[in-house]
Amino acid sequence: MTPNGFWSMGGYARFVWPCFALAAFVLAWNVWSASRYRAAARTRARRALAMAAGGHA
Amino acid sequence: MTVGAVRAFNLVLQRELCLSFRRPDQLLQPLVFFLIVTTLFPLGLNLQLSLLRDMAPGVLWVAALLSSLLSLDSLFKSDADDGTLEQLALCGQELTLIVVAKTLAHWLVTGAALVLVSPLVGIALGIPAGAFVIMMSSLALGTLTLSWLGAIGAGLTVGLRRGNVLLSLIVLPLAMPLLVFGAAATDRAITATSAAGPLYFLAALCVLTCTLAPFAATAALRITLE
Amino acid sequence: MWTWFYKLASPPHVYAAAGALTPWFAVSAAAAIGYGLVGGLVFAPPDYQQGDAFRIIYVHVPSAWMSLFGYTSMAVAGAIALIWRIKIGHAVAAATAPIGASFTVLALVTGSLWGRPMWGTYWAWDPRLTSELILLFLYAGVMSLRSAFEDPARGDRAAALLGIVGLVNVPIIHYSVVWWNSLHQAATVAKFGKPDMVGSMLWPLLSMFLGFMLFHGAVLCMRLQGEVLNRERQAKWVREAITA
Repeated sequence: MTPNGFWSMGGYARFVWPCFALAAFVLAWNVWSASRYRAAARTRARRALAMAAGGHA
Repeated sequence: MTVGAVRAFNLVLQRELCLSFRRPDQLLQPLVFFLIVTTLFPLGLNLQLSLLRDMAPGVLWVAALLSSLLSLDSLFKSDADDGTLEQLALCGQELTLIVVAKTLAHWLVTGAALVLVSPLVGIALGIPAGAFVIMMSSLALGTLTLSWLGAIGAGLTVGLRRGNVLLSLIVLPLAMPLLVFGAAATDRAITATSAAGPLYFLAALCVLTCTLAPFAATAALRITLE
Repeated sequence: MWTWFYKLASPPHVYAAAGALTPWFAVSAAAAIGYGLVGGLVFAPPDYQQGDAFRIIYVHVPSAWMSLFGYTSMAVAGAIALIWRIKIGHAVAAATAPIGASFTVLALVTGSLWGRPMWGTYWAWDPRLTSELILLFLYAGVMSLRSAFEDPARGDRAAALLGIVGLVNVPIIHYSVVWWNSLHQAATVAKFGKPDMVGSMLWPLLSMFLGFMLFHGAVLCMRLQGEVLNRERQAKWVREAITA
């Protein structure tokens, strides 16, 4: 596969590359979203524990 | 005194029908909606009747779907609001039996009524009279299936705030195959080709839902009522 | 002997296991996807009919598979939770849903972009495309239903039931190209017997399948940790788990 052929994808570049770009975006979004969700859950759990401890103290 | 299952079924069915006919305006609203929605298309598109005929199956079925959805809310809501639903769940009869009676009654006053009104709509959309039998058969099968899908959806969403929108969101994707086959059957009837294929599919979907949906709807109600 | 099985149902074990597994899944996913991309984009020869446009297969088919796999695992996890009252199933179902939905969107859009040069249209109302679109709506319905309930436990159970009801759509999607005259191509890989594809094209594709599955595993573990924490906030084990 020539370097030129790689980018132009035999003329289909405007279909092929957006597909791969979208795939990269979807994968990245999944990682970002899951990580955010987990962090928020951790914060909420921490807060709940602090309140429980604060209530007893 | 204990009541046998058949008698309980008949009692619930009678109760539902009696309550429905006590509020005739509530019965007529979905039908009027059906008529209005079907007239929206010809008005909006301003087509000759012959061209309208091509769209007629789809328009008919979308309108039937939407007006059925409107009426699904009443399946469990009023009973849930005044506590009757819990009483029915606790009364010792099989809840599934009661759900079947309620859904059947609901279909009789909404879906069956829709089927009877459909020739009027057919005339308005330019559907030839020869296609009416197939059209009404497909609508009968489709609305029955839809009543059952709606029973599952209504069971899941009764008691939720703004449950209607969620109900539509749940029921419509499951109802899409009905639309495809129902419109296909009516279309074949209009063009005077055999509508057997789509009708068989509709019948199969109907049998599938009539046998499995009662259990799903009962399970849904139990989840909601717990 | 069955302790490993019982541990699967125990939230603290699942939380710890998910945390431990995530990096393994992530690294192996990256390797598999990397090989798949290089093999598919550079080394696979162009298709004699479709030219280089066929390379879209390397994202379209794995994501379509993941959309079906995601829905099925969501429904099965929900069913396990509903029938046997194993609560961790609800956490798994809730965690899988958004991942599967995102893959469904990816499958639909990449399919659409592939359809334009091949079939001349971005969309067609043929059975496979329509049923895949219905799958997206079903995902949306399950996720909305879960979040509509104030009581999360009730929301979980309702969403599980709806997931099971929608499961009927999955075989329809898969067999739609067999049962109907569909515009969409029939199965070349996901069938029994020898796949109809030459090795240099096939191996990167299989690697992408594997990579997406491993990726799903990694993201699922991350989300699952969040879901378990949300459901078990009051439990004692949480204290050590989050301060660790």
